[in-house]
Amino acid sequence: MLTKKVKKRVSFLSLFLVLSLIAVFFTLKSLTNNILYFKSPTDIKLIQEVNINKRIRIGGMVKTNSLNINDKEIKFIVTDFKNDLFVSYSGTVPNLFSEGKGVVAEGKLQDKNFFIADRILAKHDEKYMPPELKSLIKKNVK
Amino acid sequence: MLSNIGNSILFLSVLLCFSIIYYSFQNLKTNKDSITKIIFQLCVLQSTFIIISFLTLIAGFLISDFSLIAVYQNSHTLKPALYKIAGTWGNHEGSLLLWVLILTLFSFFFLILNKNHSKNYRIYTLIFQNILILGFLFFLLFNSNPFSVISPEPKEGLGLNPILQDPALAIHPPLLYIGFVGSSIYFSAAIASMLSNYSGKLFAKSIKNWVLVSWSFQTIGILTGSIWAYYELGWGGFWFWDPVENASLLPWFVMTALFHSLIVLEKRNLLYFWVIILCILTFILSVTGTFLIRSGILNSVHTFANDPSRGIFILIFLSLMIFTSVFVLFKKLKINSYNVNFYSKETFVLINNWFMIFYLITVMLGTVYPIFTEVLNDSKVSVGPPFYNTVIIPVVIFFLFFMSIGPKVRWIKDNLKNLNVILGILFFSILINFLIFYLFKSYSLISNFIIISSFFLIFSSLIDFVEHFKNHSIKNYSRIISHMSFGLLVLFIGLNHNFSLEKDLNLKLGEKITFEGYSLKFEKLYLKEFKNYKAIIGEFEVNNLKDNFNLSLYPQIRIYENPNTLTYEASIKTGILKDYYLTMSNIDRSDYYNVKFQKKPFMIWIWISVILISLGGFLRLFKNEKKNY
Repeated sequence: MLTKKVKKRVSFLSLFLVLSLIAVFFTLKSLTNNILYFKSPTDIKLIQEVNINKRIRIGGMVKTNSLNINDKEIKFIVTDFKNDLFVSYSGTVPNLFSEGKGVVAEGKLQDKNFFIADRILAKHDEKYMPPELKSLIKKNVK
Repeated sequence: MLSNIGNSILFLSVLLCFSIIYYSFQNLKTNKDSITKIIFQLCVLQSTFIIISFLTLIAGFLISDFSLIAVYQNSHTLKPALYKIAGTWGNHEGSLLLWVLILTLFSFFFLILNKNHSKNYRIYTLIFQNILILGFLFFLLFNSNPFSVISPEPKEGLGLNPILQDPALAIHPPLLYIGFVGSSIYFSAAIASMLSNYSGKLFAKSIKNWVLVSWSFQTIGILTGSIWAYYELGWGGFWFWDPVENASLLPWFVMTALFHSLIVLEKRNLLYFWVIILCILTFILSVTGTFLIRSGILNSVHTFANDPSRGIFILIFLSLMIFTSVFVLFKKLKINSYNVNFYSKETFVLINNWFMIFYLITVMLGTVYPIFTEVLNDSKVSVGPPFYNTVIIPVVIFFLFFMSIGPKVRWIKDNLKNLNVILGILFFSILINFLIFYLFKSYSLISNFIIISSFFLIFSSLIDFVEHFKNHSIKNYSRIISHMSFGLLVLFIGLNHNFSLEKDLNLKLGEKITFEGYSLKFEKLYLKEFKNYKAIIGEFEVNNLKDNFNLSLYPQIRIYENPNTLTYEASIKTGILKDYYLTMSNIDRSDYYNVKFQKKPFMIWIWISVILISLGGFLRLFKNEKKNY
C-alpha cells in the first residue's frame, strides 16, 4: 500500500509532468508556426506551391527604375540578378531604402511573382547588411 | 601618451590580480580568522588602477586624442561633450573596460562590506572574482585593447553613430552592465560557498543585497534601452523581441527567480543548491548573451559591427567557467528531500521560479533557434514577435494570479482563507474590464484575461498596502510596490496594445488626409543647420475631428556628416493619457514623404511602471542596509 504522502507526491509529480509536456508541446508548435523563412526571388521560383498564409522574409536588391509610389503604397521589384519579384508595400520606409540598394522585407506571397510586404527591415548604417543578404550577394557574385 | 598610461596601468592591474590571488591562497593556509592587511591594500590599489585607466580612456575621448583607435573610430571633435563621454562605452573596447571596472569594484565592495562572514568564504570569492577579472583583462589586452594606437595620428575622428547619440542610450550601457556584470559577484560567491562549505542562511544573507543591486539596475537598464528604441528607431514600438533585447532579458529572469528563492533560503534554510545553480546561471547567461551579440552569430537589427575573433575568446572563457562551476557543483551536490507543504509561501516561491524558468527557456529557444536551423539544414529563419506573444502572454495571465495570492500565504503551512476577499477582487476586476470593453472599444478574449488579471494583481496589492499601512508595518512596502507596478506594467502594455492607432501615409507637401477621426496636413518643409548635422524638418498639423483638438508636430530627417548617415527623428507629443508619434522619411529622393502617424496611449505609464518596479528593489536594499549594519 502506498502511504498517503507518497500518493500525494506521485499525483503532484504526474500533474507537473503533464503540465510541462503540454507547455513544451504548445511552445514548439508555436515556434514552428512563427518562424520566418528567408527566401530570395530565385528560391521563390523554385517553390512548388505558394502558401499565401505563411509569412516569410524576402531579400535582394531593389531594381533600378522599378520604384513606383502613390499615396497608399510603394511598389518596387526585388531582384537577385537572376529572378525578379514584384513587391507592394505600405508602411514606414527606412531612409536607407533606395533603388540599387539591398532590402529585406517581411510579408506574404500572393503568387510566385508578387509579394505583399508589411514591414521593411531597418538598417542602422549604410555599411551594415543583414547576414542573409550578405551571403546571397556573395553567392551570386561567384 | 594616454595610450602608454592606459596600457601600463592595465599591465600593472594584471600583476595585481596575480598577487591578490597569490596572497589569498597564502591566507587560506594560515589559521588566522582575519584577512591579512596586504590583501585589502592590494584590492584598494587594484580598484584605483582600474578607475584611473577608465578615466584615462574618458579623457582620451574628451580631448579627442585620435591617436587611440577606439577614439578615432567612435568620436569626433564636433560632438557634444556628453556624447564624447558616452562614446567611451559606446564601442566594444571601451565597454569591455567598463566591464572590468564593474568586476573590480564589485570585488572590492564585496570584500569590505561582508565583514561578518567567514574568512575562507570571502577569500574564495575574492579568488574567483579575480580570476574573472584576469580573464577579461587578458581579453582586453590581447584582443580588444581600448588603448591601441594608430599612426600617423588622424586629424579627425569618424564620429559616433548618430542614433547612439541619445541621452537614454548614453546611460544605458553602464546601468545594464552594473546589472549583468554585477551578477559576477554572486557567481564567484556561489562557487566560494561550495568550496568553503559556507552555506544556508548566512550565504543567503551575504549575497541578497548584491542580487538586489544587480536586479534593480538591470531593470532600469532594460528600460533605458526600450525608451531609446521608442524615441530613436522610429517605428513607435518599445520591445521587438530582438536577440539583443532578449540577451538582456535572459539574466533578468534568472535574477528574479534567484532573489525569490533567496528568501526561502534565508528564512527556511531550503533550496540551497537551487540557489547556487541560479547564481551560476545568471552570470553564465550574461556572458553568453555578450558572446552571441559580440561575435555576430546572432543576426539582430541592432547589430552594428562585429568580429568573430572576439567570439572565440569569449567562448573559451565561457566554457572554462561552465566547466569549473559544473565540476564543483557535482562534487558538492547533495540531494536533500524537502518536505514542503503544498499551500505555503515556499510553494509560491517555487511557482515563481517555474514561471521564470519557463520564460527563460521560451525566450532562449526563440533566440538561438535560428542558429540551429542554419547549421542543421542551412535554412535561414528568424523568429518573430508572434512566437513570443503567443507563448508568453497566456502564461502571464496565470502568473499574475499567483503573484497576487503568493505573498500573503504564510511560511510552512497555511489554510486557504479570505476567499471572499479574493472573489471580491476578482469580481471587481472583471467589472472594470467590461466597463472598458463596452465604453471604449472591444478587444480580443486574451486581452480581456490580461486586463482582468492585471487589475486583480493591482487591487490585491492595493488592499495589501492599506492593511500594512493600518498596522504601521513598513516591512513589505518594497515587495508591494514592485508587484503592483508589474501589474500596472502589464495593464498599460495591454491597453496600449489595444488602443493604439497607427496609420502609414505617403504624402506630398501641402496634401491633407483624413482618417479615423483625425486629419493630417503636411504644412511646411524646411532645412535647418545644426552644430553637427543638418535637418530637413517637416511641419504637420494634426487635427482631432471629434474634440477639435489641434497639434503641430515636427518630425525631422537628420543628415550627419561624420559618419555620413541619415536618421529620422520622430516628433513625439507626450501626454498623460497618450502620446502622438509622427515620423517622416523621404522615399528615394522623390516628392513623396512616407509619414507614419501613431496614437500610443499610456506610454509614459509604461515607463513609470518599470521605474516603480526597480524602485521596489532599491527600497528593499535600503531597508536591508538599515537592518544589517
